[in-house]
Amino acid sequence: MNPSTAMLKVSVSPHIRSVDNISRIMYSVVAALMLPLIGAVYFYGWCTLWLTLSGIVGAVLAELIVNLIQHRFTIVDGSAIITGILVAFNVPPGAPWWLPFAGSIFAILVAKAPFGGLGHNILNPALAGRAFLMASWPNFMTKGWLTPIRPAGSTVSGVATITTATPLGVTKLQPKLASMLNTPVALKAMFIGNIGGVVGETSALLILVAALPLIFKKYIDWRIPVFYIGTVFALTGILYEVGVTPLSPLAHVLAGGLFLGAFFMATDMVTSPVTRKGKIIFAIGCGIITVAIRIWGGYPEGVSYSILLMNIVTPLIDRKVRPRRFGT
Amino acid sequence: MKLKRVTFHGGVRVPEHKELTEDKPIEVLPEPELAIIPLSQHTGKFANPTVKPGDRVKIGTKIGELQGFISANVHSSIAGKVVKIDEHPHLVGTTVPAVFIENDGSGETDEFTPKDWEALSPQEIIETIKEAGIVGLGGAAFPTHVKLSPPPEKRFHSMILNGAECEPYLTIDYRLMVEHAKEILEGGAIIRKALGAKTAYIGIEDNKPEAIEQMMKLASEYDFEVVVLRTKYPQGSEKQLINAITGKEVPSGGLPMDVGVYVQNVGTAYAIYEVFSKGKPLYERGVTVTGKVKEPKNLLVRIGTPVRKLIEAAGGYSEPLGKLIIGGPMMGISQYTEDIPVVKGTTGIVVQSAAEVTLPLDLPCIRCGFCVDVCPMGLVPTLVADYVRVNDIDAAEEWGIMDCMECGSCAYVCPAKRNLVHYIKLGKTIIMKRRK
Repeated sequence: MNPSTAMLKVSVSPHIRSVDNISRIMYSVVAALMLPLIGAVYFYGWCTLWLTLSGIVGAVLAELIVNLIQHRFTIVDGSAIITGILVAFNVPPGAPWWLPFAGSIFAILVAKAPFGGLGHNILNPALAGRAFLMASWPNFMTKGWLTPIRPAGSTVSGVATITTATPLGVTKLQPKLASMLNTPVALKAMFIGNIGGVVGETSALLILVAALPLIFKKYIDWRIPVFYIGTVFALTGILYEVGVTPLSPLAHVLAGGLFLGAFFMATDMVTSPVTRKGKIIFAIGCGIITVAIRIWGGYPEGVSYSILLMNIVTPLIDRKVRPRRFGT
Repeated sequence: MKLKRVTFHGGVRVPEHKELTEDKPIEVLPEPELAIIPLSQHTGKFANPTVKPGDRVKIGTKIGELQGFISANVHSSIAGKVVKIDEHPHLVGTTVPAVFIENDGSGETDEFTPKDWEALSPQEIIETIKEAGIVGLGGAAFPTHVKLSPPPEKRFHSMILNGAECEPYLTIDYRLMVEHAKEILEGGAIIRKALGAKTAYIGIEDNKPEAIEQMMKLASEYDFEVVVLRTKYPQGSEKQLINAITGKEVPSGGLPMDVGVYVQNVGTAYAIYEVFSKGKPLYERGVTVTGKVKEPKNLLVRIGTPVRKLIEAAGGYSEPLGKLIIGGPMMGISQYTEDIPVVKGTTGIVVQSAAEVTLPLDLPCIRCGFCVDVCPMGLVPTLVADYVRVNDIDAAEEWGIMDCMECGSCAYVCPAKRNLVHYIKLGKTIIMKRRK
C-alpha cells in the first residue's frame, strides 16, 4: 500500500459537517447576553456586574467539580457560563453578592449534573436556581429593587420612588397605580429599561437587539418568543378589556421578565421541545401560565415558574407532537 | 432569466465547491492495463460470470449474466485476456467476485448494432436496455429494466429526468447536460416510450444555468418541460424531486410508481441513448475527480479502472491525504484503498485533505431540533438514533426509521456532531435482517 493512502480515514457519511457546534452556540448566547448586562450596569450601576460575575463563577466552579468527579471535560462548552449569567439576571440589583453564586451552584449541582449534564436536564438550570433562591431567601429575592440611576419621566420615577419596586409588584399591591403604567411615558421607560426590576430584565429593547442575531443564526427559534409574548398580549388584552387586570396588554408585555424569559430562557434548547409544532405549544403554554400567575397567583410575576412548568411538560410534548412524516 | 423555482420541505444548504470542475469538459481517460470488473455493481443479485480465465474478450463482450429478477448484465470495458475471477475490495467495504482483464491494447470492440427505437415496441426497448446492462447511474445503480417493468396494476403517467445533481462537488451530470443535451433528451424520449408516460420533465437545480439554457433550447423538440429547482440538498432524491415537480408525495414505505411517476438520472438517459444510437452496452461512464487533487476534472472512465488511475490523471493528491470518498461528500462512501475499481454507480471521487476530515464526535444531543427541521422525510433523527443506540429497535421503527434515505442532512447540521446516520443505518440493517 502506498504510504500516503495508509493514512486513509474511514467513517460513515456525511463527510462534511456544518460549522455550528455546541460551544459556538453557547458562546454566541453568552456574547448576546453582554448587551442586557451593559444595560443593567447603565441603569443600576456596577453592582450588577459583580452579581453577574458571582453567578458565572458559581456555575463554572460547580461544573468544574462535576467534571472532576466524572472525569469529563465539559466546562469549556460554555453552557455553565450561560447558566451563571441567567441566574444573576434573575436576582434584584440590590441583592447580596453571594446570592447568584448560591443559585448557580444549585443550578449546576442539583438541576443539571444529576440528570446527566448538558442535554439531559429536564429543568432550565438557571430557572431552577432562581426557584431555589426564591424558596431559600425570599426576602433577598423580593427586595433590593434599585431605582434606576438615570430616571426618565417624572411619572415613572414617581412610581419608582413610591415603593422602590417593580412595575408588576406595584400593580399587585396597589392596583390603582396601574393606570400610571399604562401611559406612553411609562411604557417607553419599560421598553428602554428605565424601571425597577431584576438585573437582566430591565430593558426589553436591549434583550430584543441581543436576540436578533441569535434568531438569525437559528440559535433561538423565533416561534417561542413570538408565540409566548403573543399569548400574553392576547390574553391580557382580553382580561384588560373585561376589567380583570388594570394593566394594559402592552404594559403586561413590557413589564417584568417576559422578554428575558421569552427570548433567553424559554428558548433553552435542552429544555424546550425539538419540533416546531412542539415549540409553539410550549410557548403558548408558557404564556397562559404566566398570565394566570400574574393575575390570579400569589406572585406578581409568573414568567420563571411558567417556563419551569412547561419544561416539565416538554418530554410529553416531544412524545405526542411529531412532525408530519413525508408520504403519510 | 427569471424562472419559477420549485423545491421540497426541509433539506440543507451545503457549500457546493462545484467551481472546481464545472467548467472542465469531460476528458477521456485512457484504458487501464488491468480492468477489475466486479460482478456486483448494481442493486440485487450478482451477475453470473460467462467467461473463464484465459478467455479473450473484446470491448463490450458480456462477461456476467444477470440472475434472478433484480440483477444486471456486466460487460467488458477493454479488449484482452481474462486473467482470473477473484474476490476484490468493493466500494461498500466488503469484497465481491470480480473479473480481472488484462488489456492487449488492441481496442477491439464487440459487434455493436444500433437500433431504431422508434420502430421498437416498449417491451423490445426494455429488453434492449436489459441486455446492455443499464443501471441507474445516479449512484444507487438499480437495474433500469426492472424499474421500467412495474407490476401491471401500476402505470406511469409522468417521468422526470433528474438533473438536480445536489451532491456538493460533483459536476459530471452537469457536464453531460451541457455537452450532450440533445442525446440526454433523446434517451429520455426512449424511456418515455418504454413507459408510455404522458408528461415528461427534466429537473435541474438553479446553480446550473448553462445546463438549464441548453435544455430549454431543445426541450420542446422532445416535448419535455424544463423545471428549475431551488439549489438545496437533497433535491435530487427521487421522492423529494417528485414532490418538488409534481406536488405528489410517495407514500411512506412506497415507491415512486405508487404515484405514477418515473425518475431517471440524466446520465442514465445518456447511456440509454448510446445503447440505441451506437449499440453500446454500459462499459464506461463519466466520473468527477475533485477535491484535494492537483487538477480536478471530469473524466470518461472505463468500468473497472482502479481509482488510483483517476487520481493520477488528476495530477495526484495536492495535500496530505485524509479521506478518499466515492460519490459525493454527503452520501458517498469513504475508502480504505485506492484499488477500488470504478463501477457503474461511481459518480465521482472526492478527495479530502487530512485537515478537512471531520470524524463524528458524538457529543450529547442538546436537543436544538436542527435535525428535525432539516429532515426531508419529516422524522426526528435524534430520537430515532437514540432508540437504536439503546437497542429499542421497535421504537425506532415506530418513529419511522425505515423512511430514512440516509441523506445525512441531520448529521450535517448537528452541532453535537453526532453519528446520526451511523445509528440509523445500523437500525435499518437490524430491521431488514429481522424481516428476512
